[in-house]
Amino acid sequence: MEIPRHWRLKQQRYALVGEVCPHCEAKIFPPRDVCPECKNEAKTPFAFSGKGEIYSYTTIYEAPSGYDGNAPYTVALVKLDEGPMITAQLTDVDQQAIQIGMPVEMVTRKLRDDGDERGMIVYGYKFRRRDVGGT
Amino acid sequence: MTDIILAGLGQTDVGEHWDIGLRELAFTAIEAALKDAGGLKPQAMYVGNMLAPNLSRQAHLGALLADFAGLTGIEAVTVEAAGASGGAALRQGYLAVKSGLVDVALIVGVEKMTDQVGAGVEEALATAADSDYESVQGLTPTAQAAMLMGRYMHEYNVPADGFAGFALTAHANGAGNPHAMFRKAIKLETYQKAELLTPPLNMFDAAPNADGAAALVLTRRDLLPSDWPHPLVRIAASATASDTLALHDRKDPLFFEAAYLATGRAIKQAGITLDQIDFFEYHDAFSIFAALSLESSGFAIRGYGWKMAADGRISRASNLPCATMGGLKARGFAGGATGVYQAVEAATQLRVRAEACQVKDARIGMIQSLGGPASTAVVHILERLEV
Repeated sequence: MEIPRHWRLKQQRYALVGEVCPHCEAKIFPPRDVCPECKNEAKTPFAFSGKGEIYSYTTIYEAPSGYDGNAPYTVALVKLDEGPMITAQLTDVDQQAIQIGMPVEMVTRKLRDDGDERGMIVYGYKFRRRDVGGT
Repeated sequence: MTDIILAGLGQTDVGEHWDIGLRELAFTAIEAALKDAGGLKPQAMYVGNMLAPNLSRQAHLGALLADFAGLTGIEAVTVEAAGASGGAALRQGYLAVKSGLVDVALIVGVEKMTDQVGAGVEEALATAADSDYESVQGLTPTAQAAMLMGRYMHEYNVPADGFAGFALTAHANGAGNPHAMFRKAIKLETYQKAELLTPPLNMFDAAPNADGAAALVLTRRDLLPSDWPHPLVRIAASATASDTLALHDRKDPLFFEAAYLATGRAIKQAGITLDQIDFFEYHDAFSIFAALSLESSGFAIRGYGWKMAADGRISRASNLPCATMGGLKARGFAGGATGVYQAVEAATQLRVRAEACQVKDARIGMIQSLGGPASTAVVHILERLEV
């Protein structure tokens, strides 16, 4: 069981809470306490909008234990609007429609389970296609 | 300055050794290296291993292997840096011997991939990435490489079979290496028709996971026995660098900063320029890694690493032969043993004992061991001394 290991990341997993550097205003995700831009201390929480676009992606057919029940699934590197990039699964998308540059937004989904009714289920962020409004 | 000499070399065949355990596999390489070293007695052992705690439920390999090899009493520890564990172990051995605190060091790289199969292996390999922010998303190293490859192809307009040159070169060279897992050349059309593992990456873009062990004996030149029979190959440079663990934390994911830094440090230390390197053993766990390694190390300009392979400029007859004994792709990817295999192979080239794989007139070779997407890079430059 790894409950504390996942529980303590609930702010990141459910709400994309990272940090903003009080010195240079860089937005940081995941939180790391030292600003990667200016190397000063950065511990001010900052909630990301969850909006971004796809930098790259692929589909996994041979998955690790805990994920093999969901295979195939698509993972992506998502460039968030505020700057940082994160790794996340894509969900609710038509495989054929996915392309580099596609706008996406964060949703909460099941990430993995231990495969039995007494096992832990881990929830967290995934991304789905975002319709960009306007003309 | 005292030269650090690769005094003994040993390796097992790379493959699926269902009937051989971790300790026996390592011992086979240790025994061969000690025999090759002609009576040198190791005072310290540095074990390069990546996954034994996950795959074989076995940590504490220093004591285990010293014990099993009949060397109980010596200093013995494991060095872990994911796929770069072997290179990192070699560096620790080099530092120990170079410092004068250890006279003879034994470097052992060992990996038992086949103690698990399928999803268990994928799970173990994924421990080398950022567990909280990469692996939790079900990411595998192969999928991460595929994303790098997809982005690279997008940015540089690489054709669908653009990376074929890496696999073709590796398999052509592996054909001559009796220890390689795959000893058969492949055709371009074989690559073109290959099954996609995780698009755009196909089965020839990924090195096969395999069991293997390799070992080296290091000592200072003045400590070699008088009847020591081999050509002198020294470590001309040893350098290492780190990058962000998670790929997504990099501003420029298509540049292996750690490979750039470690190569630069090694070149400076050896007092040479890149064009003096006669062959290069890169860490082609994936063909995209080979391309990015060529670019980040300074052998190709950005966006053209794949072109070097496509144009035959990494073949044995070229100015920069790469993967000369098959590389990870054809020799096989024996995890943390890989960096030690690279050193054994490069030293074999420099001793002019590589037979069918021999690179003509090779005097200086560079080996580069990567952990994850070059989150760790270890570079050694080996040189034959003319006596």
